[in-house]
Amino acid sequence: MTPAGPTPGTPVLEARDLHRSFGGVRAVNGISFSVAPGEILGVIGPNGSGKSTLFNCLLGQLPPSAGQVLLDGEDVTGMTPAALNRRGVSRTFQLLQVFPQLSVRENLILAGQEHVGSRLGRLFGRPDAGLTAAAERMLHLFRLEALADLLAGGLSYGQQKLLDAAMAFMAGPRLVLLDEPAGGVNLTLLGAFRERLRAMNQEAGSTFVVIEHNMDFVMSLCTRVICIAEGQIIADGSPQAVRENPQVIEAYLGH
Amino acid sequence: MMRGRPGALLATALAGILAVGLLSFVLEPYGVYLLSLWAVYTVAAIGLNLTLGYAGQISLAQATFVGVGAYATALLMPHGWPFGATLALAGGLCFGLGLLFGFPALRVQGHYLAFVTLALTTLAFLVMRNEAWLTGGVQGIAHIARPVPFTSGRAFLMLCLLVLTLVTVATWWLLRSPWGRAFIALRENPIRAASLGVDVRGYTLLSFAIGAALGGVCGSLYAPLVQYVEPSPFALALSLSLLLMVVVGGSGSFLGPYVGALVAVLLPEWLRFMQDYYLVVYAMVVMLLLAVCPDGLVGLAGRMLDRQRRGHPAEPADGGKA
Amino acid sequence: MFWLLAQLLVAGLAIGAIYALIAIGFSLLWQGAQTVNFAQGDFVSLPAFAILGFTALGLPLWLAIPAALAVAVLVLGLLFKRVLVQPMLHHGVLQLAIATMALSIFLENVLKDTGGAEAYPFPGLTGGFNLGALFLDWQSLTVLAVTVVTVSALNAFLSRTRTGRAMQATAQNPSVARLLGIDVERMIMLTFVINAVLVTLAAVLISPVYLVKFDNGGQIGLTAFSAAIVGGFNQVRGAVVGGLLLGVVETFAATYGPDQYRTAVPMVLLILFVLFRPHGLLGRREERRV
Repeated sequence: MTPAGPTPGTPVLEARDLHRSFGGVRAVNGISFSVAPGEILGVIGPNGSGKSTLFNCLLGQLPPSAGQVLLDGEDVTGMTPAALNRRGVSRTFQLLQVFPQLSVRENLILAGQEHVGSRLGRLFGRPDAGLTAAAERMLHLFRLEALADLLAGGLSYGQQKLLDAAMAFMAGPRLVLLDEPAGGVNLTLLGAFRERLRAMNQEAGSTFVVIEHNMDFVMSLCTRVICIAEGQIIADGSPQAVRENPQVIEAYLGH
Repeated sequence: MMRGRPGALLATALAGILAVGLLSFVLEPYGVYLLSLWAVYTVAAIGLNLTLGYAGQISLAQATFVGVGAYATALLMPHGWPFGATLALAGGLCFGLGLLFGFPALRVQGHYLAFVTLALTTLAFLVMRNEAWLTGGVQGIAHIARPVPFTSGRAFLMLCLLVLTLVTVATWWLLRSPWGRAFIALRENPIRAASLGVDVRGYTLLSFAIGAALGGVCGSLYAPLVQYVEPSPFALALSLSLLLMVVVGGSGSFLGPYVGALVAVLLPEWLRFMQDYYLVVYAMVVMLLLAVCPDGLVGLAGRMLDRQRRGHPAEPADGGKA
Repeated sequence: MFWLLAQLLVAGLAIGAIYALIAIGFSLLWQGAQTVNFAQGDFVSLPAFAILGFTALGLPLWLAIPAALAVAVLVLGLLFKRVLVQPMLHHGVLQLAIATMALSIFLENVLKDTGGAEAYPFPGLTGGFNLGALFLDWQSLTVLAVTVVTVSALNAFLSRTRTGRAMQATAQNPSVARLLGIDVERMIMLTFVINAVLVTLAAVLISPVYLVKFDNGGQIGLTAFSAAIVGGFNQVRGAVVGGLLLGVVETFAATYGPDQYRTAVPMVLLILFVLFRPHGLLGRREERRV
């Protein structure tokens, strides 16, 4: 459920001077940026640059040492992942995270059910929480219809990746954070996968933040890219501009 | 959420209960007593299966909940409480106690949780044994009357089966509901579950509390069945025995507790010629089963059925959950 | 008052030293072989019964103890690892833990069916001497001496010898150890053998105090788990400190607290530690495996 009525022009997500250190290492060292509604923001950077820590701070997985996270202009710093999710933030993980002992359809219903009604209502309501139709639609969008009743654990890697992404969209999120969506997906599937994501962005009006290593994928999907190195933003702009930024090239080559 | 077709699973369980009810008409009183014991233990095992098998929270505290239910019933029935009310109270009391016992699970998992619940069970046993003003101590509480009109052995079995039927339907409903899905999500990947909006803490506590409530219901049937309560049946051994029932039947399988409790109740009878050695054999069978077939007898049966149906070796168990 | 406290302290340390030996074995199995052994207490009962059995057959005690040690190494070391742990481990740590619960039931009933349900007396040392107002009995002193020697020897073995260091490397990271050319299987087997030796020693030391009864293992095992966790199970030192601490606290509680809640002490400590300091007094936090 999304909070009612953000004023127009308010960014969906805003990070204000985020810091996070581990021991003496400043993994995230003063990062500020905002994401406008409908944007697909790519986050790139060499290994160990702090991308994953940033993601974990944004998602409530790790409390930031300092700074704020705002969702639709509202301070959500320190909120649990579950609470954030119920406010319309969903994510995928770098490593596959589907529920192997549930069928594909059950995985999708699970991804949406906590957004429907009250907990007690769900106990006494319909077993599918009224989400079968929404799950069917998602199965169709991600071309998973034929696999709907199989256990997710039995799917191929690419199929699980699709399911993983589909789950992120089940609850009609305002904001989706995708952690290396292209990782491990083979080339034939990749194009289709990108088209699905783009379609979800346009149809559902979701805003995306994407961490990705695959430059072609980032350049062809994102509307804007930021590059992080050593815990700080070193470039922010159009994919083209960031790709040609000498500092970015330096950061990648330097490692 | 349930392996196999949910409707078929419910029908199988209910048919089994019905069969037990019919069987009782051709059995001697002792056989009827054993069937009652089966029904009573099955209720507690269903509860533990919910906590352990579905939600993945290992609990060695189930014996305590059975004990609390039994003592509550034994203490309140003489004061004129109707059986239905003591049953509800035992369930409610254990639900609350289960919330409390579930708190450690918010901090630790796996065998750490096993240790804590084991210690809690040992402490609860000491309380039952030592606080004689409440529990009668080692003397226990004798002459517990059965509720009218279920005073005869067979009539009381019917009451047990009635309660088991209600528990079966309720559990089936619960597991098919979004709650059941959330429990499994908790077992398989709590971090991913949280990222999908699942309130992991809330569901963890609920899985303990609901499992505990069923332990309490079991206890409140156990007291009037045996008509005598004292601490020793509610020691750690019962927790272990209930855990083994769940594992032998098939942890996380809907029919597992019915099968596991049946084995636990009947095996000593079948192995009667071995006298005291039956526990040795039982423990050996359990270890063997754990090694060769970790998804229990129901998983084994499922695989054999599959093989027969397809006429060729089945895929590895649908429930190969570690 | 002082003398009484000192007397209690000696008694507590003596019983605690035995808990420490059992806890060390428990920790080694947990760390070195992912085996959370819920039957550890019964592992102490088996050699105790074996010694009584051998003496009943006419062996003198000094022969019965090594004979029981051989039985323990064979059954609790080799057989346990080969027959139960090895096949179970790939199903998961928790499945194996549950299997050891079944093993506990198995062992207790084997002992009951073959040895009987009585509590048997066990030969120990009697007498002692006075040190001021403090009476030092030979039994307690022997227990403490044996424990000190055993723990020192074990520590020296683990840190000074090549095999000992290989064992530690295996416990910390089996895959890396394998890459380094360590025979991981042999190291794990060695862990089981060491545990068998430790429980046999514990059996000899504890039986004169607690007598020999088939179901003693439950309480002894619980106390040893508590000692391992309280001390911090990822170190031999931790188990020693935990064992001594529990022995002392338990002895004082038995003297000054309600006797019927004596056995509650280790349980309460266990719960408090798991919840608030799961890595124990001396353990390192990052090695906690859940």
